[in-house]
Amino acid sequence: MSRPISTRSSLESVFKGWPPPVLDPAGPYAGSISVLSWVLFAMAVVVLGVVLAALGVALFGGQRLKSRLGGQAVIWLGGIALPIVVLTALLVYGLSLTRNLGTPAPPGAMRVQVTGEMWWWRVAYLDSSGKVALWDANELHIPVGETVVLELRSADVIHSFWVPRLSGKLDMIPGRVNLMKIKADKPGSYGGQCAEYCGGPHALMGFVVVAHEPAEFRRIMADRQAALASKPPSGGRGEQLFASAGCAACHRIAGTPFNGMAGPDLTHVGTRRTLGAGILPNNRGTLMGWIGNAQAIKPGNRMPPYSVLPADDIRDLALYLEQQR
Amino acid sequence: MTSETGFDPELYKRFPVREDRPEGELEELERLWEQPKGWARLTIVNNNYVGLWYVAAAFLFFLLAGILALVMRVQLALPLQGILPQETYNQFFTMHGTVMMFLFAVPMMEALGVMLLPQMLAARDLPFPRLSAYAFWAYFVGGISFFASLFVGLAPNGGWFMYPPLTGKAFSPGINADFWLLGIGFIEISAIAGAIEIIVGVLRTRAPNMTLDKMPIFAWGMLVFASMIIIAFPAVIMCTLFLELERAFNWPFFDPTRGGDPLLWQHLFWFFGHPEVYIIFLPAAALVSMMIPALARTTLIGHDLIVLAFLATAFISFGVWSHHMFATGMPRLSVGFFAAASMAVSVPAGIQVFSWIATFASGKPRHNTPTLFVLGGLVIFVMGGLTGVMVAMVPFDWQVHDTYFIVAHLHYVLIGGALFPVFAVFYYWIGMTSSRPLSERLGKWTFWLMFVGVHVTFLPMHITGFMGMPRRVYTYLPGGDLTFTNFLSTVGAFVLAAGVLLFLVDLARNFRFTVNKGAGNTYGGGTLEWLPTGLYSARSIPVVKSRYPLWDDPDISRDVEEGRYFLPGAPTGNRETLITSPVRAEPQYVQIMPGPSVWPLFSAVGTAGFFLLLTIEAYIPSFASGILAVLCVLRWMWDTDRVAAAEEVDVGAGIMLPTYVTGRSTHGWWAMVILLIVVFMLFLMTLFSYLYLFGVQPDFWQEPPALSTGFVALGLYGAAAGFAWLGRRLLAREKSTLWSPSTASIVGALLLLPALIADYWSVSAVLDPVMSGQGAVAHAFLANQMMLVLIAALMALYLGARTARNLVIRPRNNTVDLVTLFVVYTAVQGSASALIIRLVSGAG
Repeated sequence: MSRPISTRSSLESVFKGWPPPVLDPAGPYAGSISVLSWVLFAMAVVVLGVVLAALGVALFGGQRLKSRLGGQAVIWLGGIALPIVVLTALLVYGLSLTRNLGTPAPPGAMRVQVTGEMWWWRVAYLDSSGKVALWDANELHIPVGETVVLELRSADVIHSFWVPRLSGKLDMIPGRVNLMKIKADKPGSYGGQCAEYCGGPHALMGFVVVAHEPAEFRRIMADRQAALASKPPSGGRGEQLFASAGCAACHRIAGTPFNGMAGPDLTHVGTRRTLGAGILPNNRGTLMGWIGNAQAIKPGNRMPPYSVLPADDIRDLALYLEQQR
Repeated sequence: MTSETGFDPELYKRFPVREDRPEGELEELERLWEQPKGWARLTIVNNNYVGLWYVAAAFLFFLLAGILALVMRVQLALPLQGILPQETYNQFFTMHGTVMMFLFAVPMMEALGVMLLPQMLAARDLPFPRLSAYAFWAYFVGGISFFASLFVGLAPNGGWFMYPPLTGKAFSPGINADFWLLGIGFIEISAIAGAIEIIVGVLRTRAPNMTLDKMPIFAWGMLVFASMIIIAFPAVIMCTLFLELERAFNWPFFDPTRGGDPLLWQHLFWFFGHPEVYIIFLPAAALVSMMIPALARTTLIGHDLIVLAFLATAFISFGVWSHHMFATGMPRLSVGFFAAASMAVSVPAGIQVFSWIATFASGKPRHNTPTLFVLGGLVIFVMGGLTGVMVAMVPFDWQVHDTYFIVAHLHYVLIGGALFPVFAVFYYWIGMTSSRPLSERLGKWTFWLMFVGVHVTFLPMHITGFMGMPRRVYTYLPGGDLTFTNFLSTVGAFVLAAGVLLFLVDLARNFRFTVNKGAGNTYGGGTLEWLPTGLYSARSIPVVKSRYPLWDDPDISRDVEEGRYFLPGAPTGNRETLITSPVRAEPQYVQIMPGPSVWPLFSAVGTAGFFLLLTIEAYIPSFASGILAVLCVLRWMWDTDRVAAAEEVDVGAGIMLPTYVTGRSTHGWWAMVILLIVVFMLFLMTLFSYLYLFGVQPDFWQEPPALSTGFVALGLYGAAAGFAWLGRRLLAREKSTLWSPSTASIVGALLLLPALIADYWSVSAVLDPVMSGQGAVAHAFLANQMMLVLIAALMALYLGARTARNLVIRPRNNTVDLVTLFVVYTAVQGSASALIIRLVSGAG
């Protein structure tokens, strides 16, 4: 979708982040809404202009203009006819503009199950038979130019899945499965955040959708599939610490005996763009900080602080996790 | 000219009477209406006082919630600040929303109703002064205790709409959520009490000949407002009750793993929550429609259209609740319906906005503080309405839902639609209750600070939302470019606060409370509240001939003051007011009004104690407090329903009116019928929940008990209704002793209990309230019924006591009438729920 360039350049000096994500779509399901936003905005400005003009005349206008405005006819015209005409036109136009949102996804579209949990996202890539092929967390990889269907679920309370540049939001409700379509037109990372208040550190529950060229996407997925089968133990200190410190009670690393499912899957944690569900860049320092005291970074999250561990141990753990690619 | 009650309209021509009133009459009136002094002031029930306390309390909660907002804005001024820790912030935003909605906006509208309505209708007071006092005290005591939970860190933290499962026991094990559920559930009861009062007041205590089409537009607004409360508030009472039952007894109303559904809460909550917005807006808009004619020095253009707009708003608002749920994945067809309905609401809003513009255009507007607040509110409201149209467009809502765009939208609507009008009201009507008007100079400063503050705070929030910032976040990350607009909003919030602070300075300098020596009609209004008043309101109650009697009859103030209209004195020797017919306002009878009493205060404290002690799980003190409350209510009722010495009295110009009437034309009967509508709505919401879970969770639906298991209960309910009816019949027969009719009524009321037990027996044998949503709602039907049965039992005791004291009047008596009505209703509802539980069958 094209976007009005003029507005962008004039405001750029004020807002570093202009255009904001809602008005900067990266795919068709956000694109039609972005156009709709501009239409609605134009409508609002015009109607506000009409009301302000009428008010100006009523207060400061000449007697002739004022007497024209001062009767029941104005109410019928401005209060009844105007909204009915504008709104009907808007409803019809708006719904036809965003028709693409209601069409079913193409058969055979890739499906991913995304489950909102307090306060992170469980990601499960499904194979064509609907079984889980790969686990991941807080990051979703998709191929450019293909519609991907997300099965949105919740494990605890209501969350809401929202990547503004790819789609409007959809709630994740316990006991229900909501389907969302997303499609990216160009490669890139698209940030998102939980939009339904889910208690505690709801403010710090982000994630990233990464769109790759289709060929690259397939290569990544194939690599991950292959790695599942054989992951030789590193025998390093980090691995031993991972076992002895009890990390595996909650975390899983595919191909190893570490099989905890309560927390985020760490099989590919070394490749992730972010840590702590979209809130920190992923590097050795942040990894160590997170392991040592995640509570200081994201108060209330379910990962206990490990400040009892000596710094060396934390570093070795971080080194081990970095290698999980 | 036809008549509604048989009253001859020709009689109105006798007014204003020529003869002077007898000496001493005015002194007698003053003596009767004199208010207690010192500590006994707390026993005052008169609307001039209670209304002002009510307004002051609501304004206090506005200030408190505003302070919370300021602290939150400081926390959000920059990313990742630690001024408010996460948990405290979550409590703050929950309290800000809850207090603004439930303790400021709705109570403020009720308070203004209590304060202004009787004077606008030229009544001496509202029809149930003690009920207003009870509503006020319950609200004030309950509200202050609720707010205090913040200081001990126990304030609710689930957001003002408290979505389960987050607010369920598993994820909110503390008592924070219980404070919300019990505290707000209780404050809703006070709101309903106020609404009953307002409906009966508007329909039955208008000045003679103030037909519906001559009624001031504020009375229309309050009538629609109160009716909407009657319909909408039971929904939120029911869902808070459900959630409390789920938390306390593990009944799975909202648990999808046991046949409940989290969305059931959202449907019930928003069935209340959306009308709530119009419940706040309509009275404020009506007040604007009252002020504009005076400010523009002309009559309101489009009066009838505005009344139609009120009715249309009320009607449509009950059909749009789901627009708060567009992002829950609703079926597309219903989404389209709710989008269209949501947009349709803007038509009645448009009618009002253009009526106001037309009125300004046709008059000569004064440029003073109330005008500024009215105009500023209009502009802000229109802006909020336009973003409202935007979010009614479903796909757009999917983007901005639950973001700062919505925060901006709702603040524009509520500030423009309610807060600015309320400030205009303060300036405009202050002359009724203060001996000095507020300062025009400070007022203009107040206005401009607030107006600029609102825009600087909330306009950038639209963009903050587009930037991707969800609402209800205690902080945000740096580098996402959210800092600039957030910082701007914080600056704006302080400008807005400076305006409010200046208003407080103005109040401190100029507000001097008075009832009868007010600064008066500073802005030249034409309606009856500007008649000269004493403690008794207007000296005599005028015959109303137009919508602006003070403009159309220059002598009316003098004639009223000299007692040349209805009820110039106190013919029964009591406080009294005229009860008139609902449509044409023809005089029907003289109501004897209760005076100061400590019982409403005690029963309010008892009720508040019951709920608050229940929250902290102090069960025995809680029930003791509840029993105390009930006893106080009964004690206050005890003085009512008495016969005056004279059966008929002269209410002026030789017109004789009765002092004791029974049956459907009494104000008591009307109040009971409205109360039963509330009860019926509670029942209807339970029924909705039952059918809803039947629809969405069919796999959990069990075969209900067989129809035949309900026959015993149905028979007993039938007998209960029969006995109650018999009691009322027997009373009318001269031969029987007083005990035989009362015994029949009491037996009728008490038979409800075995009926309920029989029903419970067979239902609980099959359905377990903990096992499934179906079982939980089935038991909610029974719990609902139990409440009614207990009230009926209390009524039976009360009737017995009155019979023993010979206070039951023959041949017809209001107490017996109301007991009969209540028992028959309870029997019918009990039968209906017994049938529904058994007939909604999964196999069918």
